Amino acid sequence: MSLPAIAQRPGRGRWGVVRGPEVLGAPAATPPAAGSYRAVRVFFRNPAGVLALLFLALVAAVSLAAPWIYPDDPLSMVARPFLWPGHSWDYPLGTDSLGRDVAAGLVWGGRISLAVGFAAMGLGVTVGVIVGALGGYFGGRVDDALQRVTDIIQTMPSFVLLVVLVAIVQPSVQSVTAGIAIVTWPTVARLVRAEFRSLREKDFVMAARALGFGHARVILREILPNALPPLIVTASVLVASAILMESALSFLGLSDPNVVSWGSMIGSGREVLRTAWYLSAIPGVAIVLSVLALNLIGDALNDAFNPHAATGA
Amino acid sequence: MTSIAPLLEVERLTIRFRHSEPVRDLSFRVHPGETVALVGESGSGKSLTALALMGLLPRGARAGAARLAFDGDDLRGLDLCAWRGVRGRQIAMVFQEPMTSLNPVLTVGRQITEAVRHHEGLSARAARVRAVELLDLVRIADPHRRVDDYPHRLSGGMRQRVMIAIAVACRPKLLIADEPTTALDVTIQAQVLDLLDQLRRDLSMGLILITHDLGVVGQWADRVVVMYAGGKVEEAQADALFGGPLHPYTRGLLAASPQIEGGRTYHDGPLREIPGSIASAAGEPGCGFAPRCAYVRPACRLAPPAVTEAAPGWLVACPVTRAQPQEASRVATGSL
Repeated sequence: MSLPAIAQRPGRGRWGVVRGPEVLGAPAATPPAAGSYRAVRVFFRNPAGVLALLFLALVAAVSLAAPWIYPDDPLSMVARPFLWPGHSWDYPLGTDSLGRDVAAGLVWGGRISLAVGFAAMGLGVTVGVIVGALGGYFGGRVDDALQRVTDIIQTMPSFVLLVVLVAIVQPSVQSVTAGIAIVTWPTVARLVRAEFRSLREKDFVMAARALGFGHARVILREILPNALPPLIVTASVLVASAILMESALSFLGLSDPNVVSWGSMIGSGREVLRTAWYLSAIPGVAIVLSVLALNLIGDALNDAFNPHAATGA
Repeated sequence: MTSIAPLLEVERLTIRFRHSEPVRDLSFRVHPGETVALVGESGSGKSLTALALMGLLPRGARAGAARLAFDGDDLRGLDLCAWRGVRGRQIAMVFQEPMTSLNPVLTVGRQITEAVRHHEGLSARAARVRAVELLDLVRIADPHRRVDDYPHRLSGGMRQRVMIAIAVACRPKLLIADEPTTALDVTIQAQVLDLLDQLRRDLSMGLILITHDLGVVGQWADRVVVMYAGGKVEEAQADALFGGPLHPYTRGLLAASPQIEGGRTYHDGPLREIPGSIASAAGEPGCGFAPRCAYVRPACRLAPPAVTEAAPGWLVACPVTRAQPQEASRVATGSL
């Protein structure tokens, strides 16, 4: 029998025996209340972020309600052209060079701009996360191959690439969304790859593997949740840049001619910029405020997720 | 001695990197319900050995062994899927750093139940009940509340208990504890090791205790494998080893540790250090300890000394010790 009796162990008498105090019943020190909702609370303590979120929620609500606010096609001609804002109660923001209602265009355009912004972000983040996670987690040849693809796209000026992509296929909401996603996913991939490369070395990842978890589970359940904070911050900024890209494309005339977006409204007001500047200014202000709101939300999220940032301010 | 089939048999385990061999020809056995301590200083290959037993060696490392059997099954050449069945379920591991070994974004209960649900397919509710039981088993006060806590709300000792709860959740047959208490202070260390010892008995697990703390070995281990520079220099029952170490390195180690003897404590007792450092073993064709050894013979520098049995169950890799076999056998048999 290889197990020695516990009773007397002669050789060890001179080695001090350490006994720990009994733990049960010992009051456990509870650190100041701080849970997973800390980030949410810090976010809501940031007035700029809250204001931005409220504004964006308002824009989204109005855009979603567009079919009820303006049931008619925003591209239909409803009044005489160049009606300035404030001249008619029926058309509070006036009419454009073809006599289309600017307010209706603004509301319907918000739909397209936000939809393209969020959809392109979603698509770009999905592809970026998959590529970045696989490359960062596995490293080696997989990483090399994926990094080369990322590099190739990043070496091209993104807006020029976007213009070319959209010009090749017919401009439509789908193709513009896909194009924006194609030029933005490398940013996400780089970020996620960097996060995964540092997180995969963490002890808890090794501990998870020691429990017999497979790669998919380690990537999705152990590492990805830890990589989310910077990803969420980036995503909010990506929506803003996607809205800007869509506007820029529309301004250049590379947009779906059958729908109105903020960018296409600016584009159609371009020729009369000196005489009817409000046609470009009104959708321009909408873009500026929305993009600003998204950036402020990004900043607030950044502060909320960053444990080192001052929590009071 | 050999009546029970060993739980884990490691024979001539060698771990190679491209230019180095951090573990060389290491052999040892673990019997069911036994605590085997792997002792050695930093860089002696203890942790790599543990990772090799889990199939979790870092990239670029290759392990080879004449025999690597767990519970009769060969662990060599297992594919990824087969390893996943072994890890956590058959062999579990507790890591050194409790502060970083828990996933910061998942609750404690979730992390405990994850392993159970993964391996045993329990329902969410049953798994939660099990998690509370396990937290209770590792003596965490107020387990019903703690199960929903995030790791940052727990102290180091509590986190290590949670790690142990996760490790024993699937009732593994072998638990590898890689320096489980190095990051904890001494009283917590005693609690955690008592807990491991208790669980070992309750769940009749084999326990490999990797440590560089001889106090830990003396109090909790049944058998000790002393490693130096990737090789085993001595293996004996803990009592025998502490009663009269044979290998010059083991003797040096014991002399370099604080002992309570003759009314002296580590405050005023003599501490002798072993001259030199483990780095001097690199590229040595012979015994890795030869550059630091006071008793070194010319032959020691040419080839690694053979492992001989100084007494039943007492293995030592040093020719110098053969000079005093009588004393060795007396100490060995006297303590069993």
